[in-house]
Amino acid sequence: MTDVLVLVEGQGSVPTQNTLELLGAARRLADATQGQVKAVVLGAAPTPLTAGLFACGADQVLRAEHPLLDGYQGDVYVAALTQIAGQAEPQVILLADDSCGKEVAPRLAHRLNAGVVTEVLAVEGDGPAVLFRRQMYGGRTIATLVAQRFPVVATVKPRTMAPASELAGRTGEEIAVALTLETSLVRTKVIQKVAEEVRGVKLENARVVVSGGRGLKGPEPFKQLEELAQLLRGAVGASRAATDAGWVPASWQVGQTGKTVSPDLYIAVGISGATQHLAGMTGSKTIVAINTDPDAPIFKVAHLGIVGDYKAILPKFIEKCKELT
Amino acid sequence: MHTIVCIKQIIDPEIPADQFKLDPNSMRQLRGGLSLVISAYDQNALEVALQLREKGGGKVTALCLGESGAVGAIKSALGMGVDEGFLVSDQPLLESDPCGVAHVLAKAIQKIGVPDLVLTGGVSGDTGDKVMGPLLAEALGLPCVTFVSKVEVKDGKALVRRIVEDGYELVEAAFPLVASIISDDSNVPRYSKLKDIMAAAKKQVPTWKAADLGLEEARVGAGAARLQVRDVSVPQRESKCEILDGETPEERAERLALRLRELKVI
Ligand SMILES: Cc1cc2nc3c(=O)[nH]c(=O)nc-3n(C[C@H](O)[C@H](O)[C@H](O)COP(=O)(O)OP(=O)(O)OC[C@H]3O[C@@H](n4cnc5c(N)ncnc54)[C@H](O)[C@@H]3O)c2cc1C
Repeated sequence: MTDVLVLVEGQGSVPTQNTLELLGAARRLADATQGQVKAVVLGAAPTPLTAGLFACGADQVLRAEHPLLDGYQGDVYVAALTQIAGQAEPQVILLADDSCGKEVAPRLAHRLNAGVVTEVLAVEGDGPAVLFRRQMYGGRTIATLVAQRFPVVATVKPRTMAPASELAGRTGEEIAVALTLETSLVRTKVIQKVAEEVRGVKLENARVVVSGGRGLKGPEPFKQLEELAQLLRGAVGASRAATDAGWVPASWQVGQTGKTVSPDLYIAVGISGATQHLAGMTGSKTIVAINTDPDAPIFKVAHLGIVGDYKAILPKFIEKCKELT
Repeated sequence: MHTIVCIKQIIDPEIPADQFKLDPNSMRQLRGGLSLVISAYDQNALEVALQLREKGGGKVTALCLGESGAVGAIKSALGMGVDEGFLVSDQPLLESDPCGVAHVLAKAIQKIGVPDLVLTGGVSGDTGDKVMGPLLAEALGLPCVTFVSKVEVKDGKALVRRIVEDGYELVEAAFPLVASIISDDSNVPRYSKLKDIMAAAKKQVPTWKAADLGLEEARVGAGAARLQVRDVSVPQRESKCEILDGETPEERAERLALRLRELKVI
């Protein structure tokens, strides 16, 4: 029996995409092992999320409300989840592999004396055993890890698992959890949030992604990529070489350390296709590569390619796209 | 200000695909003739620490758990300009899971003396784990910020830039603090100067065994691992790329657009 505790979030009454993916994974694992799915909602005030969580597969919704839970703060989240896990005693705890999850999961694991595994692509029950699949060596390999004991805290890589399917009218048990949280827990404070300007769609949700790499040799050519992305109603991404050079913001990075994207169309311009970059985009339906080097590894994963200088190719390509779309 | 940077020595992660070989027994990468490097983001962490010292003075220490050959990683860090380095090398400890490694590093840090700042890489270049910073923070009982690209000191407190999904946050925290580092244009690792490399070669690197650190046996080694690798596969990528040709680049560009239209992708 594998009980799965899931940290969920939503906007109003609607669970986020990450939450749907977590619930999908949790439901499948619980079903395979006759366990229960327990969804944890943290917040300063009650949210109307509960019905949606039941519909998406939660058996229990554990609601914890506290003034200190107004928005994410690592120390408070870790303390809250430690208390909740202590009461619910799950075998597996799932969080999204986002900026909150990757900070909270290891700390929570340490407090629970639990195992921790990040960037999980699949969780499966195998008899009493629980298996976690993840990439290693920058995406060169897929490893299967077996839990030797429970609990295990795992973060699930966004956009890699099938989301929960909704069953309207499905119900469950709602439990209000009382927490003991003190202001003195708080040791870090966000004093400013700076959001990169997003014109059009967000990178992780875009159906078309146009990415640039070191081959662009500067920030200027990214304007052309933006023009193309706007035309195709997509977003612009980048390789680590381009973000490290400061040509574009770090949050545009696609790959192992950056975002995982799986658009209908991914256009890689001046990107060699290092395995760490591929780790974030090989789920794309159609991959196009534009590169001067015919031996660049990007052509091993691309479906369509042009060998040549982007400077000569992009303007004409943009012009033709304008004509066609 | 004293900063300890935890570094890991790994096989160069940016080798071409055909040079990557897996040992079917240990399920780990085979070294072969490949070169060893300091894990990518650990190098950025070293750079952050060195810049802090340049601005405000103090000391930078490199700490590594690894094979005896990992003294090479410490020497590279010394070559970059860190003041001192320590190696923990004891074969059974290398089989520890991340929680075990954090326990070892925490004990070593306590032996050196808990500094103002502990830095780790945000992601390891081999296994891709991104847990060491936060685990270490817990093991040391210190606050923690992950995925940090920049650290500044303001009014005796740390002001760090934390990269998040849609931009970044400025986070304030008191020292001592643990931060895990990722790269941006402010922390590109510096090249070592020849004279520093020569000087590093001569420096002694104290090396510790498990017994020197007062470890809790139950937390370290293969037996303590909470997860075990059952199998590892190497996904095969089938190449079926259609290269568009044409006399001129413009012609190829046009064909690409037409082909995408034909496939109903645009
Ligand atoms: C732990 C770790 C994590 C990492 N995470 C990521 C990650 O998340 N994302 C990521 O992208 N990388 C990541 N990397 C880095 C990765 O290994 C590569 O270094 C990086 O992806 C290379 O970026 P690039 O393809 O832009 O540059 P390069 O490899 O230098 O490739 C540039 C390409 O541009 C081509 N080119 C040059 N001029 C032109 C022209 N005029 N027209 C067309 N093509 C041209 C060249 O032929 C070449 O193929 C990571 C590395 C490590 C070790």
